Amino acid sequence: MFWQDVTTLSLTVLEALAILVPVLLCVAYATYAERRVLAAMQSRKGPNVVGAFGLMQPFADAAKMLLKETIIPAGANRALFLAGPMLTFILAMVAWAVIPVNNHWAVADINVGILYLFAISSLGVYGIIIAGWASNSKYAFLGALRSAAQMVSYEVSMGFVIVCVLLCVGSLNLNDIVLAQKTIWFCVPLFPMFVIFFISTLAETGRAPFDLPEGESEIVAGFFVEYSSMSFGLFFLGEYANMFLMSSLTTILFLGGWLSPLPFAPFTWVPGPIWFLLKVFLCIFMFFWVRATFPRYRYDQLMRLGWKVFLPISLFWLVLTASFLFAFHLLPHKLA
Amino acid sequence: MLITAVFWIFATILVVSAALVVSARNPVHSVLFLILCFFNAAGLFLLAGAEFLALILVVVYVGAVAVLFLFVVMMLDVNFTQLREGVQRYAPVGATIGVVLLAELLMTFGGVRVAPSLATLHVAPIAAQTSNTEALGLVLYTHYVLAFQLSGLVLLVAMIGAIVLTLRDKPRARRQSIARQTTREVGDTLLMVDVRPGQTMAELGIFRPLTTLPQAPALDLIGPTPPVSADDATGRGDAA
Repeated sequence: MFWQDVTTLSLTVLEALAILVPVLLCVAYATYAERRVLAAMQSRKGPNVVGAFGLMQPFADAAKMLLKETIIPAGANRALFLAGPMLTFILAMVAWAVIPVNNHWAVADINVGILYLFAISSLGVYGIIIAGWASNSKYAFLGALRSAAQMVSYEVSMGFVIVCVLLCVGSLNLNDIVLAQKTIWFCVPLFPMFVIFFISTLAETGRAPFDLPEGESEIVAGFFVEYSSMSFGLFFLGEYANMFLMSSLTTILFLGGWLSPLPFAPFTWVPGPIWFLLKVFLCIFMFFWVRATFPRYRYDQLMRLGWKVFLPISLFWLVLTASFLFAFHLLPHKLA
Repeated sequence: MLITAVFWIFATILVVSAALVVSARNPVHSVLFLILCFFNAAGLFLLAGAEFLALILVVVYVGAVAVLFLFVVMMLDVNFTQLREGVQRYAPVGATIGVVLLAELLMTFGGVRVAPSLATLHVAPIAAQTSNTEALGLVLYTHYVLAFQLSGLVLLVAMIGAIVLTLRDKPRARRQSIARQTTREVGDTLLMVDVRPGQTMAELGIFRPLTTLPQAPALDLIGPTPPVSADDATGRGDAA
């Protein structure tokens, strides 16, 4: 009994490492890729000095962050000031437990996987609020408030989009959601929802054009203005890991997860995880592309878009999907 | 064994943080302990096999309600030392509620059944293999759909009430009409004027504030401004 527990525990730890190490590696290179992509889009060179093509840049950045001094402001609430970035980073990591990168390849293949992800992403706001409040600085506090209001607003329409997909699947399990897209990816029949979901993920991760919580022209750097060295690094890693998480979620919900785009020979030879990665990278590229293209939203425009545009549209589309599925007897489960 | 250990961890943190919610000096810490409390309660739900309830608890209470709590506590300038003086006054009420809850708990443990016949009132026994999401869905949306709709109606009324109480329609407020902004064209806002040397703005009639148009809506800064009547001034036509 005891040894059984020990084996289960150590196996789970190994499984967790098998997903977290690649995630962190992706995160490290996403920082590099983002700078190179932005540079290319703006006719600059980007980081090209450290190592061949600047490929060692992420490690140089990591070394810099680790070696610098962690400064805690005099008026800050010490414990919470340090808890903020840790919480952000931990939440960005634990969410990966349910992400399936191939058929049943998830650390925890749980029944309510999508709810778990939704719960974790709604907790992400705490790291930011705690950091903003504990810093004892008005810019940090304003950034935290903006961020909290923004994330709560966009979660509502994201919830409706997810329910829309769930109606077509009939299960909350992420594995089932991907398998339900064998005939057609949900981004085709639910295209408007796909667009809304992608824009909401931009707002949820606080990326441009919705990066108001850290709008440097108004509130310096927002909620992490007082952070330095690795405590700042954790926020940074958390933000990029969240970008990857949201891209994976988009991939699972709309782009058919690990499924190949066409269900015949040359495409099915490529293993599932490769397809999954390619789709995630495509979404990540979209994040960079959007950042290079659009100017930052004004705060009232952001709120208007969330509450007055996305919420009614997603609600309407939800009712439409439900009616359509009901009218044509396409609901995945028979009504009892 | 592992499950038992995890249960005790969750239960201990839950009770300790619940005690700290009421005893913490800083109200922000109180709210954070409350969140910890919710979180551990969700953990206990998970151990009991109610994974749907556990995650809904996190999404709704931790992810939304507690965020608003934290907002209010951080933003409002409430004098908490003054509030604390009320503790003496409200202690008897709190103690009574505590005693009632404790009595109920003891009765549950003691196996007291208030109405034994109620157990037979189940509409339909839920099959063992249905997941609890499905089971809850059946109960809420199929068997008790009317009660569910009514409770939704009560919430809707409460929401409308909250909006009515807080909505103040300020007639002088500056509003932005996105539709008007996006349908606006160059001709509505831009006027090409030939200015002769020595001519003043006042002579051109485009002096700001628009003196030639006393009825110009001063507050409507964003909407299209009516074209300036530049007939008497030296406009484009004159120069040709």
